[in-house]
Amino acid sequence: MTNSIADIETADVFLITGSNTTENHPVLSSIVKRAVTRNGAKLIVVDPRRIKIARYADKWLRPNLGTDVAWINGLMHVIVAEKLYAKEYVESRTVGFDELKKTVEKFTPDYVQQITGIPAHEIIEAARLYAGADHGSILYCMGITQHTTGTDNVKSLANLAMLCGNLGIEGGGVNPLRGQNNVQGACDMGGLPDVYSGYQKVIDPAARERMEAAWKVSDLPDKPGMKVTQMIPAAHDGNLKALYIIGENPLVSDPDLNHCEKSLENLGFLVVQDIFLTETAKLADVVLPSACYAEKDGTFTNTERRVQRIRQAVEPPGQAWEDWKIIGEIATRMGYPMSYEDSRQISEEISQVTPSYAGISYERIDYEGIHWPCPNAEHPGTPILHREQFASGKGVFHGIDFIAPAEAADDQYPMYLTTGRLLYQYHTGTMTMKSDGLMEIAPECFVEISLQDARKYNVEDGSLVTIASRRGSIEARIKISRKAVSGTIFIPFHYAQAAANRLTNSALDPISGIPEYKVCAVKLSKAA
Amino acid sequence: MASENMITINGNEFSFEPGETILEAARRNNIDIPTLCHLKGATPTGACRVCVVEVEGARTLMASCAAPAANNMVVRTESAKVIEARRMVLQLLLSSGNHNCAVCGTGGSNWTEFQLHVQQMDNSSELCPVWGDCRLQDLAFRYQVTGEKFDATQTPYLMETANPFIVRDFSRCIQCGRCVQACNEIQVNQAIHFGYRGAATKIIAAGDKPYINSDCVFCGECLQACPVGALVEKDGRYHVRPWETQKIRTTCSYCGVGCQLYLHVKDNTVVKITGVEDVAPNYGSLCVKGRFGYDFIHSSERLSSPLIKENGQFREASWDQALDLVANRLSEIKAEHGPDSIGVFSSARITNEENYIAQKFTRAVLKTNNIDHCARL
Repeated sequence: MTNSIADIETADVFLITGSNTTENHPVLSSIVKRAVTRNGAKLIVVDPRRIKIARYADKWLRPNLGTDVAWINGLMHVIVAEKLYAKEYVESRTVGFDELKKTVEKFTPDYVQQITGIPAHEIIEAARLYAGADHGSILYCMGITQHTTGTDNVKSLANLAMLCGNLGIEGGGVNPLRGQNNVQGACDMGGLPDVYSGYQKVIDPAARERMEAAWKVSDLPDKPGMKVTQMIPAAHDGNLKALYIIGENPLVSDPDLNHCEKSLENLGFLVVQDIFLTETAKLADVVLPSACYAEKDGTFTNTERRVQRIRQAVEPPGQAWEDWKIIGEIATRMGYPMSYEDSRQISEEISQVTPSYAGISYERIDYEGIHWPCPNAEHPGTPILHREQFASGKGVFHGIDFIAPAEAADDQYPMYLTTGRLLYQYHTGTMTMKSDGLMEIAPECFVEISLQDARKYNVEDGSLVTIASRRGSIEARIKISRKAVSGTIFIPFHYAQAAANRLTNSALDPISGIPEYKVCAVKLSKAA
Repeated sequence: MASENMITINGNEFSFEPGETILEAARRNNIDIPTLCHLKGATPTGACRVCVVEVEGARTLMASCAAPAANNMVVRTESAKVIEARRMVLQLLLSSGNHNCAVCGTGGSNWTEFQLHVQQMDNSSELCPVWGDCRLQDLAFRYQVTGEKFDATQTPYLMETANPFIVRDFSRCIQCGRCVQACNEIQVNQAIHFGYRGAATKIIAAGDKPYINSDCVFCGECLQACPVGALVEKDGRYHVRPWETQKIRTTCSYCGVGCQLYLHVKDNTVVKITGVEDVAPNYGSLCVKGRFGYDFIHSSERLSSPLIKENGQFREASWDQALDLVANRLSEIKAEHGPDSIGVFSSARITNEENYIAQKFTRAVLKTNNIDHCARL
């Protein structure tokens, strides 16, 4: 997030898109709901499903799946045409406005209506509402990023925020809501193919030299590695021979699971390190038992970049170890001694080699976490980014055209499928499905469908149906819901027995490598 | 000499911020005014009257949680009149249901009869499930009162156990309204409200249905706000007593909000989770997963030994065997096919320290940049 969680309560207009906030970030959604119900803030929700947060919205816009660039450009078209943008901000802090202006010119409300299905007058009203904000906060989640145009979608939201002068101010910002406890930290720590910790690029010779000195090695590889979504196909093609998977269950979470399964089976050697024998672990040659969050010390970095402590409360089961200890032991046995006393010692090394974490220590974050960047031990941390200027100087507008999703509904697969999470389950269910109460409330997969579609297919609540795409098929029970809009079904992806990802499309965003989980074409039939 | 924004509390002068209530001004200056219904962050209601104070010149005692501090106000927080009023409030509350903590019976004649009756209703031989963790009990002890001054009244409403998480025991509800405020003003789930009128008043969900059939999303904000034993964790009821547990502060391991929570530990087992109040980012709030989704920690299905697959079957192995096998195979593959034939998936679920070690291992030992994690998935 560019801004902090507490800070969003000061917004006077929210734009929430591609985030089922009340189910996926419930505590954060309460802050938005408080701002709306108690402070009179306005809320615009743009989502293909009539999700619960839409109840609190002044405006709920319902776009066709995968048409985000179009409606965002539509809002900007109106804002430019009606001269509602922040002229001074645009002039002093950004470049590329003319390019943007040219790109959004054709996205008239009528044209946008044709692409997105959102009525033209709704586009105009939403544009005026957002542009009228003193502090406009944009919140988004995987509904924006998990598209073949995910990067375009995010850049478009950044365009919109900059156009209205909402970046670098209190209660403003473009705020991605991170879906996993430490996905921010995993990125920050260099769990990415192109950067070391603190986003120091592996292609930068100076960064490489620093890390070589710190780690006392030579010849650190200088080419960016493969992303997750490239490693799986590389395994399929035989170019990747071994995979070491830590705390991840691609056999439920990856797109096009049938392909993913073949790929993993094709590996010469698979190691899985986890807390349970997951679907993925069952395929492994070696399984290593690790300690869960309640059994170890360390830090997680949350969605607002706040580095926070976790502390050991109980002993791990049997012989399970902390993940760092397991990895260190393997390194040592491969000839590179890597032993640490405890997580604190590792954190000290992190702050030495990671400029944005340089001022963070266990002592400082004992009571309350600190937002990075925190360059030294006196620095208070940075709750709001881009305050005085953008990290790279001026904010750059990118003129972005609309590109349709990779797969469209057709005669053979006439419906759209979109996927996501439920309040009572979490990701592949490794943890939540071992929690009795949660399983009692959300025991099995379902197909969320509109009443109109249910009638059309002559199915009732609880009917068992087969959903098929070009890549696979699953069976699940029908759940007629007001959330669904005709023509589109929703399936939660948690359940391995009826894994929505057997259906999803593995087409990737060319830059981020993110798969298009949110749009694919399917057909529905009564189960045999 | 008159000065701006000064208030006298118990004979001492303090400054206050315009808009502050008497309670806020007092607490900021470390003067303890007891409260019961007051919920931080919600609109003061002045409903329970436990926080009353005497204000010079005022006709009646004032609820300090709702009364704004005013210039030159003279306040007494523990005068005889105040104490008498608080005792009366507490006596009425204690007589209004199954408040069978020990203070209820001191010197009483019908202690046993009452206790037997409550135990029968509870279907338990133990004292109140929140004994030792109850605001009403604390106040009863502080003001040395019991419920025996007034005839005991009973609630007509049956205990609700129809959901997996929260037991609603109306016999212990004092209708302070904290749960209603927690639900409507803090989490804004708008699932529970005051229902019926007068002596029949009840906290209801969706036109008086069980939580499970209402808009309730089991965030448990009501549970954490309940100052008595009316809302109690179903799992821990009678099994988890505060003096048997240790609280360990940590960060939630579900979504990216990073809620601060306490793991309540008894016998090396997490038995309850509560939100840490007064600290960012969640200020005590949690969701259903964070508060109740912890069974997995002690699941019998947890991996507890390294496993090596032989002939398609896993066998348990020692750490030495497993680690040697992994190190040897990775070294062989690296030598034979080059470093880039190996990949590592790090994890958004493990710590920063562990992610750092994973990238260090991948880059410095395996000598490849093939490391990524599930950010995209």
